[in-house]
Amino acid sequence: MRKISYAEAINEALNQIIEKDNRVFLIGQGVTSPWYVGSTTVGLIDRFSSRRIIDTPTSENCVTGVALGAALAGMHPIVCYPRMDFMYYAMDQIANHIANWHYMFGGQLSAPITLWAIINRGGEQAAQHSQATHAIFMHIPGLKVVMPSTPYDAKGFLAASVEEDNPVVFVDDRWLYQHVGEVPEELYSVPIGRGAVRREGEDVTVTATSYMVHEAIKASESLDKEGIDVEVLDLRSLKPLDESLLLTSVKKTGRLIVVDGGWKTCGVAAEISARIAENEVFRTLRAPAIRVSLPDTPAPASSALEKVYYPDAEKIILAVRKILEM
Amino acid sequence: MYVTMLKIRKFEERVAELLPTKEIITPCHLYIGEEAVATGVCSALKKDDYVFSTHRSHGHFIAKGGDLKALMAELYCKKTGCSKGKGGSMHVASSDIGLPGSSAIVGGTIPIAAGVALAFSMQKKDAVSVAFFGDGAPHEGIFYESLNFASLKKLPVIFVCENNLYCTHLPIAACLADTNIYKKSEAFGMPGIRIDGNNVMQVYEVAKKAIEDARSGKGPTLIECMTYRWRGHVGPYDDLDKGLRSREELDYWMNKCPIKMLERFLLEHGIMSELEREQIHKAVLEEIEESVKFARESPYPGENDLLNDVFKPHRRVKSSRHIIEAKR
Repeated sequence: MRKISYAEAINEALNQIIEKDNRVFLIGQGVTSPWYVGSTTVGLIDRFSSRRIIDTPTSENCVTGVALGAALAGMHPIVCYPRMDFMYYAMDQIANHIANWHYMFGGQLSAPITLWAIINRGGEQAAQHSQATHAIFMHIPGLKVVMPSTPYDAKGFLAASVEEDNPVVFVDDRWLYQHVGEVPEELYSVPIGRGAVRREGEDVTVTATSYMVHEAIKASESLDKEGIDVEVLDLRSLKPLDESLLLTSVKKTGRLIVVDGGWKTCGVAAEISARIAENEVFRTLRAPAIRVSLPDTPAPASSALEKVYYPDAEKIILAVRKILEM
Repeated sequence: MYVTMLKIRKFEERVAELLPTKEIITPCHLYIGEEAVATGVCSALKKDDYVFSTHRSHGHFIAKGGDLKALMAELYCKKTGCSKGKGGSMHVASSDIGLPGSSAIVGGTIPIAAGVALAFSMQKKDAVSVAFFGDGAPHEGIFYESLNFASLKKLPVIFVCENNLYCTHLPIAACLADTNIYKKSEAFGMPGIRIDGNNVMQVYEVAKKAIEDARSGKGPTLIECMTYRWRGHVGPYDDLDKGLRSREELDYWMNKCPIKMLERFLLEHGIMSELEREQIHKAVLEEIEESVKFARESPYPGENDLLNDVFKPHRRVKSSRHIIEAKR
């Protein structure tokens, strides 16, 4: 199959979705910029004009509310946030309005909106240009959250988000943009709510999301040389979560390491650990679970500190060795 | 417009009677005294035009043509309510009359109304949308962001500020450095006008002009309607005993009753007879009593309803769409 990059997969998905579905438009800061959101939106403005590719003032909260209004009037907006950090400005519209709209009015009106949230970190960008806040959205009832790790899923989840009649937070990571993988040329969707086994193994289950999936695979390949057989799960869909995939794997291996690019406390890793702790499968664990995530610390600027701050394959390898010794 | 205003007034008075009995528990922000604003604006709208409301929502719901039974049942938080008992007083909606929702977050629906207007213009529809909000909204950043965006994109939206002089317990002069709310439109190159919000005919005329401008692509208008709520911020009482406002001030505004003003005009000009007036009152009161009866007799939501409606169930995907299961 044809191979393209993650960024190209998003660009292709946007082109095909906007072409196919006249309810869809893209709105947000930087969507006509040649660099603000990588190369993901390149060419869209020329093809679809400013009527459907709407670059905006920074006003994140307003733009998000505008998207909700448009959705209530029959459109399906994709709202682009060039950095997740900026979404805090829009939290009122996301958490108070968009997430509640369907429930609060007894299911009369839904809010079909795709909130395209971009993690953009590293490069000494520091605490306000580095955040991965996916767990916050996972916490809020009424939102679905997906975090594709491959070009295939990036395209398929974007299409699935637009097919949804509900708000979906689609989280990608600029560190993945150059990652290359097989992607069909036609439009397809990946079902929201299902995880994927990226590597089968018997000794330890390592769950990961987004960029961390690739670090987990890297770790598993290295450990394979030592005769340690790691199973890597890509959660992909954080909400709804594919709990059965998780339980089946942990039942098989008896060991769980949860890797996530967000903070430790109340994060994705905490939620996954709790799901296991609440289940009968907990009795079959051969060792306590380990979380590999960000420390509860804002992102530092210095690259010397960044290196320590972000989890990577090396930290996952250490965790696997540790859990096998327990 | 007389009937609509009377319906709002009598409905709210009935709610005020029911609140102390605890038959209605949901916090109600009554619209008594402000009837001319919702009535004047909504009378100038078409059914396909959208309005968004606030925590003080009952007046807009009734003025846009909402069903009193569904509204009263929602105040009783019954399953037959317009929001199935999940919204309560501050979250009423009726999509078939063009009221897609009301928000209890101050200023929250201002960008949403602008978004509806954006969709209408993209869809080339001849419709407009209206955001109603109180004098508290201009204390929020979202008000300014939204006015800017709407004016920038020349959206068919009308911003209607119901200035009742108080933001919960604080007089507006304690909140805004410049209390001329209508003038804030100037910064965004948008017309702004302050009017007597108790004069329903003036509200109607001014709204009509703003709506026509919006429909013809001239962009948004900010209308500041000066009015007054006779009751407290929330609940059935006038709150005079709490020392937040004076008896003289309340009396002044009660003398400017929007309904009495119109009634006098209609009777003096022979547009409505005394007999017609009585008949209208009787019919309105009967309709309200029916709504109370309906609400009382309606069931509460069941336990099974708690988890429903968080998400809309997935619609059937067209078979032509190519779906590939990700196996890798």
